[in-house]
Amino acid sequence: MRSVAVIGAALAGLSAARALRDQGFQGRLTIIGAESHRPYDRPPLSKNFLLGTIGPADLALAEESELAELDAEWLLGQTVSHLSPGLGALELADGRRLRCDGAVIATGATPRSLPGAEFLAGVHVLRTLDDAVALRADLVQGSPRVVVVGAGFIGAEVAASCAALGLHVTIVEAAPLPLAPVLGQEMAAHCLGLHADHGVRLLCGVGVGGLLGQGRVTGVELADGRRLPADVVVVGIGVRPSTGWLHGSGLPLDNGVSCDAGGVTRLPNVIAVGDVANLAGRRVEHWTNAAEQPTVAVANLLAGRTLHTGRSAPYFWSDQYGVRIQFAGHTRPGDEVRIAEGEPDSRSFLAVYEREGRTVAALALNRAKPFTRIRRALAAV
Amino acid sequence: MIAVCRLDELPPGEAVRLLADVPVAVFNVDGELYAIDDTCSHQDASLAEGYLEGCFVECPLHAASFDLRTGRPTCLPAKKPVRTHRVSVADGVIYLHRPAEQGVA
Ligand SMILES: Cc1cc2nc3c(=O)[nH]c(=O)nc-3n(C[C@H](O)[C@H](O)[C@H](O)COP(=O)(O)OP(=O)(O)OC[C@H]3O[C@@H](n4cnc5c(N)ncnc54)[C@H](O)[C@@H]3O)c2cc1C
Ligand code: FES
Repeated sequence: MRSVAVIGAALAGLSAARALRDQGFQGRLTIIGAESHRPYDRPPLSKNFLLGTIGPADLALAEESELAELDAEWLLGQTVSHLSPGLGALELADGRRLRCDGAVIATGATPRSLPGAEFLAGVHVLRTLDDAVALRADLVQGSPRVVVVGAGFIGAEVAASCAALGLHVTIVEAAPLPLAPVLGQEMAAHCLGLHADHGVRLLCGVGVGGLLGQGRVTGVELADGRRLPADVVVVGIGVRPSTGWLHGSGLPLDNGVSCDAGGVTRLPNVIAVGDVANLAGRRVEHWTNAAEQPTVAVANLLAGRTLHTGRSAPYFWSDQYGVRIQFAGHTRPGDEVRIAEGEPDSRSFLAVYEREGRTVAALALNRAKPFTRIRRALAAV
Repeated sequence: MIAVCRLDELPPGEAVRLLADVPVAVFNVDGELYAIDDTCSHQDASLAEGYLEGCFVECPLHAASFDLRTGRPTCLPAKKPVRTHRVSVADGVIYLHRPAEQGVA
């Protein structure tokens, strides 16, 4: 393979580029990213960055010297609009064409929003550095009333950061018990309890009917007709894999780019990594996956076929209200949950999920050490 | 020098965190003691809570690994080293030497 193009210049794209060089690829490496920034880290965007305790420079995923060592050609602020893997070519939005023997799809995901949001100032999603800069600017102007739509991890973190900034925050969530599909009912309830602990109002089981205001948002109308006044609305209702540009490429798309368990698409010279990749029916939207999975996929790309499928238990963390939540593994309804250490009410505990006597997942609030031990044992399964 | 704890309170494979000028983590690796800055150089995690394997500690948050002998990260996401500190044992008590007494590293 003489030339590889990496499409998407964030965590998964950078990890793939590193893996290519680490695994001996010496050919031409081109990294194309729609954002104008060099690869930066997203998790702090909803946490310390919103709080203002760190700035853009602290987010860099690699030092200048390391980026230079990659010896890659960077096309930043450029969007790939078309891929013809058969012909070994890419087309950029500005019409330029680029030949490549191999391609790494690392285009991540795009947040979903609410209808009409694009016409109203004060309504935000949070995915990129630019999103975070714009949101923070709105949050530190006076003391806006904030409504967060969606009580998933991003919504919860934004709410916690807003509360720490001293703002009045309400969360609106359509599901009766968010997080339950991942954590199970009992543990979801403990995590959601953090909001009330810190004076943040959580309204569950009610959808958003529409956004109010002209030019600038003034409130949120709920599906039951209630109206919540708001100066800033943050929409955190999930993401869609960024695959729109791949229509017509001939690659199967199904909730992301369909790949085998080794990250290889139908074509052996095209792999998909990170949030955009659907590996054997499973798409993961966590940092550790985007950091680690490219190593395996790149090995398969360089080998020309799937040799490796190494897959560890999914792991994510979230920081809310000074509490570090960590979760690893897979749960199913019916799994037994046991508190192994600590007290749920103290918001410091370790819970393990068991199925047929086997540990299948673990959740920790402020219990990093015993959690790590279990996570490593899970990964070995 | 700061007294950390009694040697028999820190068995092999364990770590203890203490507040010096900054938080410091002291590890017992099969009888050898090592001390490093407790806060991971990547973001905000306590390395005393990390996973100890030989002379390396894996950060509990994003799994960067640090060499306790040098403080250098051996893998990403950490890029910067953490400071190492001198420790000694006297009369069964572990002491941390203040960074000032360390000289230039
Ligand atoms: C605010 C926030 C907080 C988070 N917190 C946590 C956390 O605490 N713990 C955790 O485990 N995970 C967290 N995550 C998730 C984690 O950040 C993601 O899993 C990770 O960023 C995925 O990386 P990726 O490279 O696959 O995709 P992305 O980060 O989405 O990057 C994809 C890149 O591709 C670019 N791109 C898209 N289409 C094109 C195209 N056609 N041409 C060129 N470039 C293109 C995009 O502009 C983008 O820069 C958080 C995410 C966000 C947004
Ligand atoms: S905080 Fe230690 S690796 Fe990220």
